[in-house]
Amino acid sequence: MRKHFILRVVAKILIPFVLLFALYVQFHGDFGPGGGFQAGVIFAAGIILYTLVFGLDTAREVCPRRVLEWLVAGGLLLYGLVGSLGFLLGDHFLDYSVLSKDAGQHVGILLVELGVGVTVAAVVVSIFFMFVDRGRH
Amino acid sequence: MILLSLLVATAVAIILMRDLFAAVMLSGIFSLLSAGLFVVMDAVDVAFTEAAVGAGIATVLMLVTLTQTPIRERPTPRLDWSALVVVTLTGTALVVGTLDMPTYGDPAAPIHQHVAPTYIEQNVKAGAHGSASGDDFHGHIPNMVTAILASYRGYDTFGELTVIFTAGVGVMLLLAGLPPKAPGASDAGPAANDPEVKE
Repeated sequence: MRKHFILRVVAKILIPFVLLFALYVQFHGDFGPGGGFQAGVIFAAGIILYTLVFGLDTAREVCPRRVLEWLVAGGLLLYGLVGSLGFLLGDHFLDYSVLSKDAGQHVGILLVELGVGVTVAAVVVSIFFMFVDRGRH
Repeated sequence: MILLSLLVATAVAIILMRDLFAAVMLSGIFSLLSAGLFVVMDAVDVAFTEAAVGAGIATVLMLVTLTQTPIRERPTPRLDWSALVVVTLTGTALVVGTLDMPTYGDPAAPIHQHVAPTYIEQNVKAGAHGSASGDDFHGHIPNMVTAILASYRGYDTFGELTVIFTAGVGVMLLLAGLPPKAPGASDAGPAANDPEVKE
């Protein structure tokens, strides 16, 4: 991909917007269409585009394997912890009303969706890296 | 109707296609068309997911898988009549099954009578956001799909996320544990801490 100058420039311009759009979908999911799953996938798509244009080694520097592995588990753990806070604070599992007096559900849904997004993005990027890495040998 | 006929045309093209690369691309187009169909049916969230996952990520993952396999499908030697009979019977049964389904958008359909009214009522009672008048979310979550997925059906979403997590870990263990394209190695166990040769 060294020679595809236009492709590299266009990708460089596009990728920040893809990632920004992913964040928008992530945190605007309460108000419009979207949510953790879609946001995670769009974020991963941005990184995949980066990998396709700039190569796996560069992309590995952006998302090191260790970090990805932590994120894969971290998103799920965040979901579980937010859920557990419910019964630790004296209510049901995954009942977010205890998190805050008025906006508990709002906070809960936001955190839970964040967990979904993180895990989905990390899983998709990991799988993609694995396949690309294997394809090179 | 146009979208549906395009879907059928794409499906037939996928079946006839011997070139796997073209088949993968066509399946991406198939997903995009279904996303359009979902938009027409007012299911924007589902369409969003279908476009992002089906048309985007699934296609990319299939393409990287293609780097590991031959690019053309091996021609099947002859028509398998038993398979044809099974497929025809199953298809007919499914079509006959749809005849019993309620009309699309029928408010008296069973699915609109169960828990859905409660969810919708508790979600939008307050109307636009800001006015806290007794709904579950105090007007904070206007998108009821999000409310149902993350709050009312939080257990289900937790389960789904666990499925994705498990799938990811499974693929990682499988691919990291395998020796690079050398089948029949002695200890090809799923070793997660297998030192990466290339890195």
